[in-house]
Amino acid sequence: MTAVATADRPRLGERLAAAPWPELAAPAALLLLVVVFGAADSTFLTTGNIEAILQASAILVVLAVAQTFVVATAGIDLSVASTMTLGAVVLGQVYSSGAGIGWAILAGVAAATAVGLVNGAIVAKGGITDFIVTLGTLSAASGLALILADGKPQPVLSKFMLDLSASGIGIISWSVLVAAVVAVTAHVVLFRTRLGVHLLAVGGSTDAARSTGVRNVRVKMSVYLISGLLAGLAAVLLVARVGAAEPASNTSFLLNSVAAVVLGGVSLFGGRATIIGPVVGALLLASLVNGLTLLGVSQFYQPLAVGIVVVLAAFLTRFQK
Amino acid sequence: MTAVPMLELRGVDKSFGPVHVLSSVDFTARAGEVTALVGDNGAGKTTLVKCIGGIHPVDAGELIFQGTARSVRGPRDAALLGVEIVYQDLALADNLDIVENMFLGREVLTRLRTLDENSMEKLAEQALASLSVRTVRSVRQHVVSLSGGQRQTVAIAKSVLWKSKVVILDEPTAALGVAQTEQVLDLVRRLAGQGVAVILVSHNMNDVMKVADSIGVLFLGRMAAQVRRKDVTQTQVVELITAGRSGELGLSPAESSGAAV
Ligand SMILES: Nc1ncnc2c1ncn2[C@@H]1O[C@H](COP(=O)(O)OP(=O)(O)OP(=O)(O)O)[C@@H](O)[C@H]1O
Ligand SMILES: [Mg+2]
Repeated sequence: MTAVATADRPRLGERLAAAPWPELAAPAALLLLVVVFGAADSTFLTTGNIEAILQASAILVVLAVAQTFVVATAGIDLSVASTMTLGAVVLGQVYSSGAGIGWAILAGVAAATAVGLVNGAIVAKGGITDFIVTLGTLSAASGLALILADGKPQPVLSKFMLDLSASGIGIISWSVLVAAVVAVTAHVVLFRTRLGVHLLAVGGSTDAARSTGVRNVRVKMSVYLISGLLAGLAAVLLVARVGAAEPASNTSFLLNSVAAVVLGGVSLFGGRATIIGPVVGALLLASLVNGLTLLGVSQFYQPLAVGIVVVLAAFLTRFQK
Repeated sequence: MTAVPMLELRGVDKSFGPVHVLSSVDFTARAGEVTALVGDNGAGKTTLVKCIGGIHPVDAGELIFQGTARSVRGPRDAALLGVEIVYQDLALADNLDIVENMFLGREVLTRLRTLDENSMEKLAEQALASLSVRTVRSVRQHVVSLSGGQRQTVAIAKSVLWKSKVVILDEPTAALGVAQTEQVLDLVRRLAGQGVAVILVSHNMNDVMKVADSIGVLFLGRMAAQVRRKDVTQTQVVELITAGRSGELGLSPAESSGAAV
């Protein structure tokens, strides 16, 4: 009918030029790690070890997805790991008070979601810098966790929680499946719903979004709410994995959630994000730690290795447009 | 010429604190016509546009849409009345593609509340096709990769998509080269051809004389004159812009000299 082309396939040259190099960095690095560790240690690629890697990455995947939503709007949630800790402690306290595990889980998730709600309200409505607000809730949530638990771990011995991390389908434990469902749902929300388009618009072009009637405040509030909710889910996985609710702070989870997002090629300036990227980033970090452990590298070297990988990834993103 | 104008302003006043920016402005825009709004820097063109768009509430005067006086209290009110304003740079989200931009805030959803990408793609293509746009290759292109003219094209097509009744373009060709300016002016004509009342704010007399049916000239916040394009020469319009009067046309000598209140 007309000259308006119908989403025609770009030519190879254009596709290469438009290839999202930062987004390809994490899969490429993951592949490299698998090949190197696989060659260096025969146990690395056994089903038992792959199961362990997946298991170890499940919590980080959920936290990285949470962080991705916030970062996509050009924000950051520094409280995500402390919120998880608080959720875990609330779960433990409610469970130890004699309530069923269902109620305990609900209470833990609700507590974490409430923290997200507070973050969202202060950042979006109060217009205060996300960095400061979530730094505040980071401290407040971990303090609250210590107070509630009186500084002591609370064992959570429930068959449901045990099964969550110990059984599943084949090498996929239920907690890994939970993480996978979270990732797939997040992908659908980001790319197939109105909220997804709006949060990318708010992150990448705040003024244009506002002038076209996108409700910026509401969008910002929802991402912190989502982040809190997912931190609550991560808390359930954490308690299932440890077998107890510990009030100890989980700083490495915070750093790794941001690291996974950066590794996944998500722009910290907002407006450009994927879910698959951060998920692969989380798998990459888990594989790195696992492989180094297998090779007998001292635990002390692991944060150093993670740091180097993250800085390299950040360096790569400099080469995007 | 249709009897009832699409949009009519009567006696619009607007001050920012002590600064009197618009004084008793009358202005008319008709369906199917391009109405140019011209005036020197600071004459109040953008302010008038923002009053119509609901961004600035007017202090006094009436906004009359298709014969009925309406109160426009915010951008949403204006949008409901079918007013679309295309700003030079605020209108599009760079990191989204053409379809996402054209539907931003008004997405078409499936029954499952997910985005109905196919319908939106089709509607976007139809809107572009109805303007005979040939310069956009794929509606899935990201806006950041578009030229200035293509961006204007997308913004104008958006108003077609939403069946806007009044489309206001604030200096759409200011940053464009010769060829792209031609294309955008062409679009402006076609848009009017679809029955839209187009208001074109411009400093470029050539553009104005080429596409306008009617020309409103603001001089220091007063409407010096609103004239039919065919009744005036470019020289007369330039005189109206710079002096507020031209022969019989325009403000009285007293008004034009003492206009700055
Ligand atoms: N928000 C505001 N507060 C105070 N004064 C304002 C405001 N907006 C505009 N003005 C003043 O109103 C007058 C008219 O401004 P306006 O932007 O409408 O002019 P314009 O005709 O669009 O000019 P240009 O051709 O330069 O775009 C100017 O003197 C300007 O300084
Ligand atoms: Mg202006």
